[in-house]
Amino acid sequence: MANTTRVKQKKSKLTAYNNWGYFFVAPFVIVFLIFSVYPVLRTLYLSFTNLKVTGTPKWIWFDNYKRVLTDKFFWKALGNTMRIWIVNIVLQLGLAFLLMVIFSDVKYKMKGLRVFRIVYYLPNLIAATSIAFLFSTFFMFPYGDFNNMISAVLNIFGKVFQRKDWLGSSDSAGYVIAVIQSWMWFGNSFLMLMAGVQGISKDYFEAAAIDGAGRWTIFTKITLPLIRPILMYVAITSLIGGVQMFDLPYLMISPSTASYGKVQTAMMYLYKFGFTTGTTQTGYASSIAYTMFLIILVASVVEFRLFNRKKED
Amino acid sequence: MHHSVGYHIKKSLIYLFLVILAVTCMIPFLMMMVNATRSGNEILTGFSLIPSTHLKENWDTVFKYFNLFVGMRNSILVGVPATLLGAYFSTLTAYGLAFYNFKGNKLIFTVILVFMMIPGQLSLIGFYQLCSKLKLVNSYIPLILPAIAAPGTVFFLRQYILSSLPKSLIEAARMDGANELFSFHRIVIPIVAPAVATMGIMGFIGNWNNYLLPMILINKKNKMTLPVMMATLRASQDITRNQGATYLSVAISVIPILIVFAVFSKYIISSVSAGAVKE
Repeated sequence: MANTTRVKQKKSKLTAYNNWGYFFVAPFVIVFLIFSVYPVLRTLYLSFTNLKVTGTPKWIWFDNYKRVLTDKFFWKALGNTMRIWIVNIVLQLGLAFLLMVIFSDVKYKMKGLRVFRIVYYLPNLIAATSIAFLFSTFFMFPYGDFNNMISAVLNIFGKVFQRKDWLGSSDSAGYVIAVIQSWMWFGNSFLMLMAGVQGISKDYFEAAAIDGAGRWTIFTKITLPLIRPILMYVAITSLIGGVQMFDLPYLMISPSTASYGKVQTAMMYLYKFGFTTGTTQTGYASSIAYTMFLIILVASVVEFRLFNRKKED
Repeated sequence: MHHSVGYHIKKSLIYLFLVILAVTCMIPFLMMMVNATRSGNEILTGFSLIPSTHLKENWDTVFKYFNLFVGMRNSILVGVPATLLGAYFSTLTAYGLAFYNFKGNKLIFTVILVFMMIPGQLSLIGFYQLCSKLKLVNSYIPLILPAIAAPGTVFFLRQYILSSLPKSLIEAARMDGANELFSFHRIVIPIVAPAVATMGIMGFIGNWNNYLLPMILINKKNKMTLPVMMATLRASQDITRNQGATYLSVAISVIPILIVFAVFSKYIISSVSAGAVKE
């Protein structure tokens, strides 16, 4: 009898302790509901209305979504976004992957990882606004540093360089932005992949070495399968960020430039209807936001499937 | 071990590649600093890594147009409170979720996971509408207060607390009659401090670099954060025509982060790496 009361007492005391949990998470929950959950739901609601700038939103069902589906400028902007992102991710992941292979190689045992990874990560820390102006100036036409550098090098070989408007021409602007983007992000991807490799137990490698496995076998049979989840994580987070690409193209290419039609991203298109004076159509912009979200969702699932199918092979 | 000549040549070539890549990462910043001291005309005539003497003129051109130090001050006024609030409340929330068994705990955690995957543009319009309704446009409150509810930070700290804080420590404190909040401040915070510092530094840098949201919310020039102020460069013919002045503006905006990185690179690198193994 005395025993059970003690158990009960202990239990009620534990519940009392556990009630502190509410107190601890309360500030988070309150702020989260106001500044995260409400805005997301509000955007969803607005996407079904015809709100322009101010006034009372009127419910118009799926009209905005029908408009998005047939809005060729939106799809063009999405196409631009994906084209820039794909060039960027191939370079970014390719470089990160190559670096990971180099630093995890059992034969060459490269040194200096600590220093190199800091340097490679550096561009990722700088604000995109600063990067944008740094490179707009660097690629300036006709006498920016990039044109000057190429011209100087070609002069040595007695050739005359036809100076190019890298950011102003439709055929190069997207690639320049993609390269800058991958320059900013390859160090980040590399750090993640490397963390994955270093997380692999040394036992695997030692066991493989004892079994006489070659470098290639160790790489394909041990390293690769074990870092696949991280590779997938990097690819998916990059996709989520990539679809929302905004700062660099928005700041580097002005609407009056010839190349604008090739680099206007989906997010820039959303910005035009969401926040630009004169073109604001809040309801429509909201439906663009949700359409982009659905596209991200589908693309992430596809990407996830692709990675997991490879695993079964 | 003895290696062939071919081995050493190959190894040297790989090092060469790594060094070239490192130079590619650093040279734009070096170039930026050198060009900040060169006049617009000097830059037009050719590429050089030798500093010149026009820093003062470029400086005058830049500061005639805007005061970047005001932008810096504003970024600090936003970034410091946001980082401190974010660090404290994320730790509090993470601890609450990790150590207390209450109703709704799992639900909150699931919602956190879902919101980590939700892209920011989904809330942007609703967020702006909320702020204009609450008369918070041109106020720093919407840039600071939401830091209290950062799902990614809470998630990371929860995992960290679960793996590094022994339950027995808290129970022992309870035996001694310690209040729960007292235990949190005196036991939990000191133990998780390294992880909190890491997240705090990354949070501060993210905040410092944030562009889209402050651009939408702040339109008074004397209240603009540094990136928003930088972006108004586009409108200044005086500066954009003069490459030296543009490079100087960029240099002024970049140097604080370079200093932060020089001091905290260890934390920053470890936090990126931690991000990879968190699942």
